[in-house]
Amino acid sequence: MRALLTRELRLALRTGGGAFYGVLFFLAVVSITPFAVGPDLKLLSTIGPAILWISILLANLLGLDRLFQADSEDGSLDLLLLGPHPATAVVLVKCIAHWLTTGLPLVIATPVFGLLMNMQAPAIAAVMATALVGSPAITFIGAVGAAVTVSLPRGGLLLAIVVLPLVIPVLIFAVSATHGAVADPAPFTAPFLLLCALSLFFAVLGPLIAAWTLRHSTG
Amino acid sequence: MSDAAAPSASRLWDLANPTRFLNLAARLIPILAVATIAAFAAGLYMGLRAPEDYQQGSTVLIMFIHVPAAWLAMMCYSLMAVSALGTLVWRHPLADVSVRAAAPLGAAFTFLALVTGSLWGKPMWGTWWVWDARLTSVLVLLIIYLGIIALARAIEEPSTAARSVAVVTLVGFINIPIIKFSVDWWNTLHQPASVSRLAPPAMDAVFLYPLLVMSAAYTLFFFTCHLMAMRNEILRRRVRTMRIQAAAGGSAADVR
Repeated sequence: MRALLTRELRLALRTGGGAFYGVLFFLAVVSITPFAVGPDLKLLSTIGPAILWISILLANLLGLDRLFQADSEDGSLDLLLLGPHPATAVVLVKCIAHWLTTGLPLVIATPVFGLLMNMQAPAIAAVMATALVGSPAITFIGAVGAAVTVSLPRGGLLLAIVVLPLVIPVLIFAVSATHGAVADPAPFTAPFLLLCALSLFFAVLGPLIAAWTLRHSTG
Repeated sequence: MSDAAAPSASRLWDLANPTRFLNLAARLIPILAVATIAAFAAGLYMGLRAPEDYQQGSTVLIMFIHVPAAWLAMMCYSLMAVSALGTLVWRHPLADVSVRAAAPLGAAFTFLALVTGSLWGKPMWGTWWVWDARLTSVLVLLIIYLGIIALARAIEEPSTAARSVAVVTLVGFINIPIIKFSVDWWNTLHQPASVSRLAPPAMDAVFLYPLLVMSAAYTLFFFTCHLMAMRNEILRRRVRTMRIQAAAGGSAADVR
């Protein structure tokens, strides 16, 4: 399992800096926002958390269609599924590797982009914290979508359509937790804990369903 | 216990034979169609004869179109989830046909509910659309329906498509309560009672009976369309199989 994790991480890091596409995309979305809404710093700092979270969501979805596809094309996915380890564990490890190379760089990049949006330190910290616990949920839900669309030549767009409505709760709780950290009367802990719960819930459900789907669609 | 369950289960499996199902559908569709027309006639007559509401005037009549559509939108998804379970657990060959046939119908009912709700909202709330929790979750439901339809169309191989669509349907079904809850949360956070929500008063029988009859009519209409769509899907698959056979035969002849 550890070998698989290292393999996944190496593949992601060494194939043309694929891991950094997500961050670049993040930067692109964040930097076009002021062109759309105007360079008003006050407005930007109000909508900043929302923009950051939408960018994180989209950047996470962007790489998800390759989660199983590359392995499915060269046949190593079949090998992994036939191997000694349970398919669910294989999927879980692949999800973790994907999150480490896509989700985590986004979390680390968040403060820089937060400054671009003129956000204050508490707001930036809140977005980082919510991104840290919330983005795994996106990966795990997306794994189901990736498993379903694995055999499609152009599954990426379809994956986004299928997965987006399902990750709405993640976005809602993340943004409301951030809102709670900034505005006093709104609570921070409750939506934050719900966000953790969502990640844990889908960490169990996502790999199970994705593994089932992969076993039955490639077999 | 198995004695009681056995006949109904075997009857369900009898229907796994598409020809038997087609025979049953051929018998049921005319009956259902006539019942649908009768129920619609009765419901519309009762609905149009209902008095005007003292607050809403004649716009209350939209309710008889709108509310059953919203109910059917949810019922249709439940039916799809049960069918999806049928595909995954029992491998019932018709379950997938049922999901496929129901998805466009569900999307249509959801769309109808949104459009009529919007038309009703304009005179009542003064706006076509509010980001009210209920409206938003119905909109999300529509997006889920459209995603399922897109997925079903995108995969060519029927058995792969069946499993993929079933998986997504079930994941959506698990997720819908979470979405509903989170949207409620989101709405109370963002706009505390800025829109005066229509508080439904205890409904008078004058409105309740037409509503129930219209709901029955909608349900009958749904099942009529669903059976017809399933029949079409089965026939479409037969055509596909025949074409493949013909193509295989043709190329074999060419080789010879």
